[in-house]
Amino acid sequence: MDLIEILSFAFRSAVGPLAITFALAAIGLNIHYGYTGLLNIGQVAFVMVGAYGLAITVDVFGGSHVLGALVGLGLAALLAVLLAVPTLRLRADYLAITTISVGEVLRLATRSSQAAPLTRGADGIAGLGGPFYALNPIPPGDYGFWIFQLGSERRVWLMLVGWGLIALMCLLVWALMRSPWGRVLRAIREDEEAARSLGKNVFSYKMQALVLGGVIGGLAGVYYAIQAAGVAPDTFDPRITFYAYVILILGGPGRVLGPVLGALIFYALFQGADVLLRQGAAGGWLPLVEWFGSQAIGATRLALVGLVLMLLMIFRPQGILGDRREMSLGA
Amino acid sequence: MAPDTRPHVPATEEQGSEPSDLVAGEDLALARRARAQLAEVAPEPGVPKPDPLLVADGVRKSFGGLVAVDTRHLEIQRGTITALIGPNGAGKTTLFNVLTGFDRRSEGTWQFADQDISRMAPHRVAQRGMVRTFQMTKALTRMTVMENMRLAATGQTGEHLLSALLPGTWRAQERENTERAQALLERFDLAAKADQFAGELSGGQRKLLEMARALMVRPRMIMLDEPMAGVNPALTQTLLGHVTDLRDEGLSVVFVEHDMDVVMGISDWVVCLAEGQVIAEGPPEAISDNRAVIDAYLGARQDLDEHGPEGVR
Ligand SMILES: Nc1ncnc2c1ncn2[C@@H]1O[C@H](COP(=O)(O)OP(=O)(O)OP(=O)(O)O)[C@@H](O)[C@H]1O
Ligand SMILES: [Mg+2]
Repeated sequence: MDLIEILSFAFRSAVGPLAITFALAAIGLNIHYGYTGLLNIGQVAFVMVGAYGLAITVDVFGGSHVLGALVGLGLAALLAVLLAVPTLRLRADYLAITTISVGEVLRLATRSSQAAPLTRGADGIAGLGGPFYALNPIPPGDYGFWIFQLGSERRVWLMLVGWGLIALMCLLVWALMRSPWGRVLRAIREDEEAARSLGKNVFSYKMQALVLGGVIGGLAGVYYAIQAAGVAPDTFDPRITFYAYVILILGGPGRVLGPVLGALIFYALFQGADVLLRQGAAGGWLPLVEWFGSQAIGATRLALVGLVLMLLMIFRPQGILGDRREMSLGA
Repeated sequence: MAPDTRPHVPATEEQGSEPSDLVAGEDLALARRARAQLAEVAPEPGVPKPDPLLVADGVRKSFGGLVAVDTRHLEIQRGTITALIGPNGAGKTTLFNVLTGFDRRSEGTWQFADQDISRMAPHRVAQRGMVRTFQMTKALTRMTVMENMRLAATGQTGEHLLSALLPGTWRAQERENTERAQALLERFDLAAKADQFAGELSGGQRKLLEMARALMVRPRMIMLDEPMAGVNPALTQTLLGHVTDLRDEGLSVVFVEHDMDVVMGISDWVVCLAEGQVIAEGPPEAISDNRAVIDAYLGARQDLDEHGPEGVR
């Protein structure tokens, strides 16, 4: 077993562009679920709208990447408003039902042949990100030392911008949640009737929270489209929302840094486990493939991650950054 | 009126009827006059009052076939403590829900301080100064007692998304609100708990917090749904002291209560609801030997009977 390889791969993934994408999506979700108690089960829809907003603006309309990013964020805000108007006045479950379906509807619509002139159907849109790398000030080379390997100058640039965005969003969430505005959100999470009885316009605050968290989800999408140099509809499946929730609950919902820590740990575990299992299979001391077939490694990895999550929920149900005392007051 | 039967609470004595800036700045002279005027009002259901703060007409609310509330005309006099009594299921809570906008699928019209607030959204009703508490206490459990209090202050600049990002625009206001909250917490014996989570309070303390929190809104009328339920006798006396203090500071109080001693002790006026209708209203003395009230209670419970025909021992 090559521990160095496992650790360096785990590190590389934990700080890499995919973890960054998920951290951003989970920061948005934290505003919805962690702070306001809105059960949004379709964060993937906001990510997708952000990504496709950029891709279509650039690919079909020949716009710049900056314009595309703005379009992506604007569409995410619009989606939030469209979801909010019919559902937020109703019981909490309606938002959940609506959001869970809207992601799938968007994915299917995007890959349909009718939408192909705009979205290029199931193949998706490629060739994004050029202007982004043109701004890269980092000299060519391979960066990192020992187990802390970062990769090429392009990857380093991506990560620099990504972590910059994460820092900025965390700062925003921190500033908002310590303000009276954030206090109203938390009150709504605790009991929206009580908030109403004290003169707070609950609908308006839920709307603001949904839009803000949705736009941050859109930002995750814009970032994703650039790091993947393109978009394809089938990447945006419901698993994205599921992973974002895992990350949020792992790190601690309602904590500014919860989603970031959650994404780091989730990706380190997820990819570290992958390398470990592959090494085992190759080295012959873990004959998974012989026993269970070629799918075994992926499946075992998921099971391992599930096991870790279960242990975490048993021993730290409030998440890593959560407050146990607070958690016990849940009722 | 029977002021001598009101519970005597020495702890709050010194605040007496001094105007205080803790609660809304009501016109004290006006409120006192309004209270005195009640003496001339006839004890009949739906009787008009000389200076009503709340006037409701034809309020009706049904759940499927069940008519929970059906009051023809009801007025609440300014500056008084009005008790709303009635057997379980009489429609008291439902009436609160309808009047404060929490239940918007209802019939009828009602004005608060001469403004039509029928079916107005609940937060706007609260902003206009009619604040209610809940029969099932709604403490915001994972927020501290102080946060509960600060939340309730109205007109906060920092509650707007953009100003929230500029602490300079709301810090001073936050400090003022905190001072007022601190003073209210002291008054309600909760100052020592300020930094604890509201979920760590006992049931009675939550009742106190809910009342203190409602006062942060600076209401003109406070509607308390069974504020003394599940509270020990000593604390009940404290709560009653607070309620009379609020009235003496010019606030109008409407409260739901099952304990007849309490009702007879502190209220200026009593409204009795049965099967959704106002069957009797009047000063406590007139209510305690009212035939309709006794019948309504006997039909449901033995409450009044225990206290003899006078209602008070
Ligand atoms: N949400 C609801 N759905 C159906 N029926 C309801 C609902 N809320 C109240 N009711 C009915 O309306 C009637 C009045 O109920 P309400 O809660 O107003 O009584 P109450 O006077 O507050 O009683 P209590 O003294 O027990 O609190 C009851 O018969 C009750 O069953
Ligand atoms: Mg009730």
